[in-house]
Amino acid sequence: MAAPTEGPEKADLTKKGSGATEPGSAAERAAPASTRSADFGIDTTAKTTSEAVRAYLTNLRNGDLGALPALLGLLALFILFTGLDSGGTFPSLLNLANLLQQGAGSTIIAMGLVFVLLTGEIDLAAGTASGLAASVMALHLVAGGNLLGAMGTTVFILFALVVVLAIALALILRIWAGAAFSAVALILLAIGFPPNPWLQMLMAVCVGVVIGCLTGFLVAKVGMPSFVVTLALFIAWQGVILQLIGDGGTLGLRDPVLFAVANGNLSTLWSWVLFAVAAGGYAAVLLNRQASRRRLGLVAQPTGLVLLKIAAVVVLAAIATLLLTQNRGPGSVVISGVPYVVPIVLVLMVIGTFVLDRTRFGRHVYAVGGNREAARRAGINVVRIRATVFVISSAFAAIGAIVYSSKVGSVSPTSGGGNTLLFAVGAAVIGGTSLFGGRGRISNAVIGGAVLATVNNGLGLLGMPASVVFLVNGVVLLLAAGVDVLSRRRSAVSTR
Amino acid sequence: MSDPILQLKAVSKSFGAVQVLHDVDFTVRAGEVTALVGDNGAGKSTLVKCVAGIHPIDSGEILFNGEPVAIHGPTDASALGLEVVYQDLALADNLDIVQNMFLGRERGKPWLLDEADMEQAARRTLASLSVRTVTSVRMPVASLSGGQRQTVAIAKAVLWDSKVVLLDEPTAALGVAQTRQVLDLVRRLAEQGLGVVLISHNMADVFEVSDRIACLFLGRMVAEVPTKEVSHGQVVELITAGRSGELGLQRPESVTA
Repeated sequence: MAAPTEGPEKADLTKKGSGATEPGSAAERAAPASTRSADFGIDTTAKTTSEAVRAYLTNLRNGDLGALPALLGLLALFILFTGLDSGGTFPSLLNLANLLQQGAGSTIIAMGLVFVLLTGEIDLAAGTASGLAASVMALHLVAGGNLLGAMGTTVFILFALVVVLAIALALILRIWAGAAFSAVALILLAIGFPPNPWLQMLMAVCVGVVIGCLTGFLVAKVGMPSFVVTLALFIAWQGVILQLIGDGGTLGLRDPVLFAVANGNLSTLWSWVLFAVAAGGYAAVLLNRQASRRRLGLVAQPTGLVLLKIAAVVVLAAIATLLLTQNRGPGSVVISGVPYVVPIVLVLMVIGTFVLDRTRFGRHVYAVGGNREAARRAGINVVRIRATVFVISSAFAAIGAIVYSSKVGSVSPTSGGGNTLLFAVGAAVIGGTSLFGGRGRISNAVIGGAVLATVNNGLGLLGMPASVVFLVNGVVLLLAAGVDVLSRRRSAVSTR
Repeated sequence: MSDPILQLKAVSKSFGAVQVLHDVDFTVRAGEVTALVGDNGAGKSTLVKCVAGIHPIDSGEILFNGEPVAIHGPTDASALGLEVVYQDLALADNLDIVQNMFLGRERGKPWLLDEADMEQAARRTLASLSVRTVTSVRMPVASLSGGQRQTVAIAKAVLWDSKVVLLDEPTAALGVAQTRQVLDLVRRLAEQGLGVVLISHNMADVFEVSDRIACLFLGRMVAEVPTKEVSHGQVVELITAGRSGELGLQRPESVTA
């Protein structure tokens, strides 16, 4: 990293240059060095571990709960189901791996939704948009690459026109990545490539981007409320899926690669490589930040606490990897290794977190969600930000669709319909993302997705009827939304 | 008297059928504090927002350093060195102090922001404003008091190498000590050669720090006079009636005569 090495020199320059050389800012020139007291020096000292813990507790009391309720809930659910399930199926390795694979699809959709929720909007169409992306992918596979034949000429031409429209809208909105992916979709449609699982997955993601460009344009540029736009598109995409697949039809995903996405596992060697990369990467990022902040004289977390965090992550990851690399097959078939969905979710989570925390775009997403007028006055292109989050949401939905279709092994007209979207929204909210905008993280979606997957899996194993499963899911979501509202009220009271 | 750094010539602005600004002329000189006064609805905030690029002007000219400039958006204004502290502060509650101060002008690459550099600059600026009560620049703005928010909003405007700073009622939410600090800061900024525009309803503040007073009445600029040449009472008359003796709008009979 080049930035930290430059930092101290720059700081020295401006300190020395209060009179002679180039002044840093209007304020620094306005305040003579003598009046610049060390008033603000409280912030420079490194905190001790106990101070850091106390600050965290104060934050909690002020209503900044973050993902804590969801994590505690997850722990409680694990204990509850382990106790209730007398057969011992729930805590078995086979089931835990299965749980990860079941939950991955809606977790990925939820990660995309976090971007939309952060700006204070909602994307109700993410569910059926994911189904549409999956059905285009499956149709291509089943038709042996002949999309024109499978769709019929009229539908195919209309489909291509919509893609062209999306490219145009993305260009109007100046979302270059959206235009590029939509263009890839058009090229893939035009060249009619032979069945290839990787290109088909790329096509699904591109279809997601196309859908996102349409939604984003209607919400951000035209200015329609996102609730209405995405409700309308939710219904419309359902119709398109029916048209593509046909009433009552089912498209089987008979392809080893597509099947393996959600059902395959890493080999033992690669599982440990994944562990080394993930845990090592986490440790490197934290230690690097710690070292650079110390060097620049900024407030850093106490080193003890950082080491403790790293140790906890490394140990937990090592235990999980060790368990998942054991043979968990019920019979003579050997099943072992970390499921592919784990690295898929991890990579998406790391990318999403990086984009939101460290890039200009991510900062602007939070700003638009926190105070849209302030963002506009700061010169942020609010229209572009609001449109882009819908593109991201739909693209993530398409990736989620690949995973859940792969888990089931087929795509049907109900794929992505029904509860898919609501579970994804639920996952994001349960994890601590606020529906009012401005607060939330990508990791919230992963934790919330784990909670919902655990509830569904556990209740299913207990032989509960669907009525109970729905009811419990609803209550969990209500609890999560209640915690969100209460914590907001708490933080509002504590400031005024 | 120095050269005008920012000049508005015959600026008009309507919102639909309502004309808010009528051919307004306004001059800001470097090294001077110009107080902009007027009753509620006189068009003070609209004038500021036109200069800041938030509202496009319908007609008229804006000159910066004598050159006509086109301000199409907030980025154009900040590129010229025009900074505004808004009445409603325009801070995002969910972001911390550093993030708010650099909002829209983050340092570092678009794909990797330089957080450390921004944090250091924010700390230096806050320290130069003698901020005593903020314990950490990484506190979210939601957890700050009204006065602290005001300070952050001002710090956000003076963080840059700005030429003109417009403050829209900066002391309205402040306590006695903080008001003192802001007024001192306003004076210091002008002494450093910046053009400062202060919008305020508080006549004592206006008379204390300003060099010239510009008065808006129902969207018209009725007077731009040196502070020394007018009395407290005259300014109040200008604000409420649009004229005071020889100053302000002419009497109807003298218009017809």
